[in-house]
Amino acid sequence: MLASGMNGMRTAGDLVMRLQMTRGMRLREAKAYVADKLGVSVRDLSDGVIMQDVRSEFGIGRLTELENECVGEPTAMEAKFNIAELLDLPINCVDRFRDRVPSLAGERGTKEGAS
Amino acid sequence: MGTSTRLMTRMGDGTAVEMTREELRADIEDGIAAAVKRAKVPPLDDDEAAHLLEIFASQERITGVPVGDEVVHSCDGSNSMRASRIDSLTESEEGGSDLCELQQQDYSYKAVKTVVPSEQRLMQEAQYRLTIPVQYGAQADLGRYSKPDGPCPNWSQLLPAGRIDEARAAQEEAAAESEEDMFRIGQAMWEAGADGMNFDTSGAAGDADFLAVLKAVRRLRDACPDMSIELGMASEFVLGMHGELEWEGVRLAGVWPVEQLRLAEQAGATIFGPAVNVNTGRSVAWNVARAIAIIKPCMDVAEIPVHPNVGMGVCGVPMHPFPPVDAVSRVSRAFIEILRADGL
Repeated sequence: MLASGMNGMRTAGDLVMRLQMTRGMRLREAKAYVADKLGVSVRDLSDGVIMQDVRSEFGIGRLTELENECVGEPTAMEAKFNIAELLDLPINCVDRFRDRVPSLAGERGTKEGAS
Repeated sequence: MGTSTRLMTRMGDGTAVEMTREELRADIEDGIAAAVKRAKVPPLDDDEAAHLLEIFASQERITGVPVGDEVVHSCDGSNSMRASRIDSLTESEEGGSDLCELQQQDYSYKAVKTVVPSEQRLMQEAQYRLTIPVQYGAQADLGRYSKPDGPCPNWSQLLPAGRIDEARAAQEEAAAESEEDMFRIGQAMWEAGADGMNFDTSGAAGDADFLAVLKAVRRLRDACPDMSIELGMASEFVLGMHGELEWEGVRLAGVWPVEQLRLAEQAGATIFGPAVNVNTGRSVAWNVARAIAIIKPCMDVAEIPVHPNVGMGVCGVPMHPFPPVDAVSRVSRAFIEILRADGL
């Protein structure tokens, strides 16, 4: 990870990974897609200082060192709801969550139903 | 730096050795030649060989790719012996993993079959705790389906006895059982909210093992169009334990990474992980040169991401429980800068 990794939520690694996993995008295409959606350069995707602010702005989850940091910001499932909408990408657990919460079932975002 | 200056480098078993720059160059060229001879692939060009030499002649403890050229890292198994399984996943997320993998301690789909409901519950819980993707992974591990561990006759005993037809029938039976297990488990984990599945060390038991995975992937792709499916290989070519099995008209015995990739794409995988076995008696530089040459034909034709398996004993990473960071960083850099891998 030190030599070549994007380092996940420290930057945009998890987002680029989602594009590879769900859409089968190659690296260059996946990075360009995420950068476009976030409104940053491709190089910025790997910058932890820039990406922490960007992630906070979009509510897509940040890593925290202290328990009292980022109180009130979306985490985990909340963040994934925002990631799904931001990237226009189906996220299985998000769709399942909507299915299990009747009040949300009518607010399906990116796709009609979980596969 | 004089040509006789001895440079620190590593062997495939992790042992530190010293080589001159010329010895390193010769090792790299020999590794490339070995790949050409064995896998019938084109050689790396002079610039690529020179680039490899610069990476491995470097004496920094840790080397890396330029800022901005970082890639994503997929993985197998994010479990720790020091924490619960979900806590292990959160540790991975905190540590900067791009994805993590829920696994059962017995990393075999045959073993998972008996505890699927509890694995589903854990996956559902994990999705509430983590932001990064969580996939579920295990191995086809076809040998588990043979007696005494499984229901099928043991082809490892039938083959040496010359009972070839019976051995082939046993493998076909085991492959059918394995395919069904992998498909059912994949469906179950998808229902639990998993982001995808990982089929690790595909082909470890030969062509029947690989066939079972391909068939399971195809069925899962049809049933779950948005599922991420990572197909990782066990070795550089598929052993013909059966010898006559085919997928989409392609005989599986003896296929190398570029053919493995095409088959994985046809089946519906979204990430492909080739593996090239390490020769522990040769240098890391030799092994990396050989591995890159063998995998390189994949990169021009791949329609899905290619994540070479850079774990212990494959793709140049030393065969040691704690691979030295100097070696691992050089392997990482080589695969990104020369091979242009989509991830590791």
